[in-house]
Amino acid sequence: MAKIDDYIPIVGESVVEDLRLIALHLRGKRILNVNSTAVGGGVAEILNRMVPLLRELGLDVRWDVIRGGEEFFEVTKKFHNALQGGRVDIGEKDLEIFMETSRKNLEDMDTSSDIVFIHDPQPIVLVQKRTNNKWIWRCHIDISDPKQKVWRFLKDFVVQYDAAVFSAPAFSPKLPIRQFLIAPSIDPLSDKNRELQREVIDGVLSKYGIPKDKPIITQISRFDRSKDPVGVIATYRLVKKHIDCRLLLAGGTATDDPEGQKVFEEVMESANGDPDIHILSMSQNDLEINALQRASTVIIQKSLKEGFGLTVSEALWKSKPVVASNVGGIPLQIKHKHSGLLCYSAEGAAFAVKQFLSSPEYARKIGENGREHVRNNFLITRHLRDYMLLFLSLYHKENIVYL
Amino acid sequence: MAELTRAAEPFRFYARLHLTELTGLKAANLVQLVRLLKSVPGGSIYYHTHRFLQQHQYLSPEPPNDFAYWVREILGEEELGERLASIDIIQYSTIRNLRERIIETIEEYLEQRPEAKIRFAQEGGELHFKKAVSFILPTQHISHDLREFVEILKRITIDSIYFHIFEARLRLEKKTNDFSNWIQNSIGNEALALSIAHLDPYVYTMEDLRRTIIDLIEREIR
Repeated sequence: MAKIDDYIPIVGESVVEDLRLIALHLRGKRILNVNSTAVGGGVAEILNRMVPLLRELGLDVRWDVIRGGEEFFEVTKKFHNALQGGRVDIGEKDLEIFMETSRKNLEDMDTSSDIVFIHDPQPIVLVQKRTNNKWIWRCHIDISDPKQKVWRFLKDFVVQYDAAVFSAPAFSPKLPIRQFLIAPSIDPLSDKNRELQREVIDGVLSKYGIPKDKPIITQISRFDRSKDPVGVIATYRLVKKHIDCRLLLAGGTATDDPEGQKVFEEVMESANGDPDIHILSMSQNDLEINALQRASTVIIQKSLKEGFGLTVSEALWKSKPVVASNVGGIPLQIKHKHSGLLCYSAEGAAFAVKQFLSSPEYARKIGENGREHVRNNFLITRHLRDYMLLFLSLYHKENIVYL
Repeated sequence: MAELTRAAEPFRFYARLHLTELTGLKAANLVQLVRLLKSVPGGSIYYHTHRFLQQHQYLSPEPPNDFAYWVREILGEEELGERLASIDIIQYSTIRNLRERIIETIEEYLEQRPEAKIRFAQEGGELHFKKAVSFILPTQHISHDLREFVEILKRITIDSIYFHIFEARLRLEKKTNDFSNWIQNSIGNEALALSIAHLDPYVYTMEDLRRTIIDLIEREIR
């Protein structure tokens, strides 16, 4: 596991000095993070990296996971889809299942820390246990156009928090509590993002039987409708009419995502046995994902809805030209024509991919810009800083805070 | 090597770190933009006129404020975008005056081109007003003369430079930037102080600004 000083060669010594400086002001505060899964998905991934680093900076940080059965996670998946604007049928029975599991977690979990940091809707009810400590709700998903029934139900809990945190401005609804904008981040030293030797990359391609004979277009994401994997296949087919290439769709499933298998089957059907389409349903293997991204010529993230879309920052960090939908947090990561190309449709995505494939120098320059943009804004050191400032803001109402 | 003047008062470098607060306010056209510009907190005007500097330090040239970018790229009002981008922020010593200038610029344009009032951003393209919550922390870096000063300047974060150059002057309403103030009053080098004060920091990337200030000081102490 990386130490805080290991980031100095990447971000500079002074950035790390500032982190230590802020941390001094949080000494003695006990902070509890709560989410719904210890592995799989972006939230667990970020917490796995951030909690040890915050501890190393001297903060008293814990991370706990709520418990829930299959029925509970089916309901929270429905919540997730409804919050992202999907058509989902949610009845009273679903709300009862959600509340029953929440009540059990309320009984079991110790939330006596000075600051309780709740991630996403699954553990949202825990706020009912608040005493005179501080509570933050961190929303990682796109709730710019939620189904109102679910949002109204959850909002009754959200308003009991001291503050809410969103990944993009468009996600923030009208609320009577303070709201902050904090983008997630990637860890440049994790297996998913660290530099790899050429032989490692080739070894992974060989393991999955992907030849290097043609440009490789890749989308890395969970098999989830909101990531539009079938739309990516449509994009590839449009590109393929003019430029011979391969398509790689690779991703895993999280323990709280029972829908993944269904979507995977739809994708297989859509691929219809095309030998140049490589569909990999992988168990969590960050090093291999890293290798696949590095082996790619162009990376796509054609999401229909996106919480933030960290796979975009991962690709940009590897200096890859990226084509991505203009949704959720993606436009924060890609400034159109500067650090990538934004699109709205399969046709638009195909046009952008063709531009990159036929103009390698343009693709290289955009990729370099993207890497610098990530270095400045989307690395874990910036995220650590923002979270510590967020904790401090709970104790300061003013706009200019002298510490 | 010339003997260095020891400062009457040492210079302590501060770090300025900011957290972005969402205001929940958004504009979809120029009329709404003007209305909100008149009522949002000063911290929001500051945020939208300075965010680009920090987030896109590696890209240059860039429009120095969000309003110019939004008006040009989202509403497609190229001419107004240019007028907003060319507002000379360095001339304004208070957020209040800067706010008034931005509003005047848009209102003048709307008088000349009333049809621009009905041009709306497409859904999802609205300008969301945010504001900066600034945290100001003393660092361990203190300089007693220009040599120490320039060595520290080479290694502090751009957030620190940002604080002493931009935030101290405009948001905290000091008359000049902190570096010029110290060099003039504690070192007594008025010419150097003025040469830094005369820089237009808004046309540099942050790293270029750092290099330019370092060059000016190193020429002086060589």
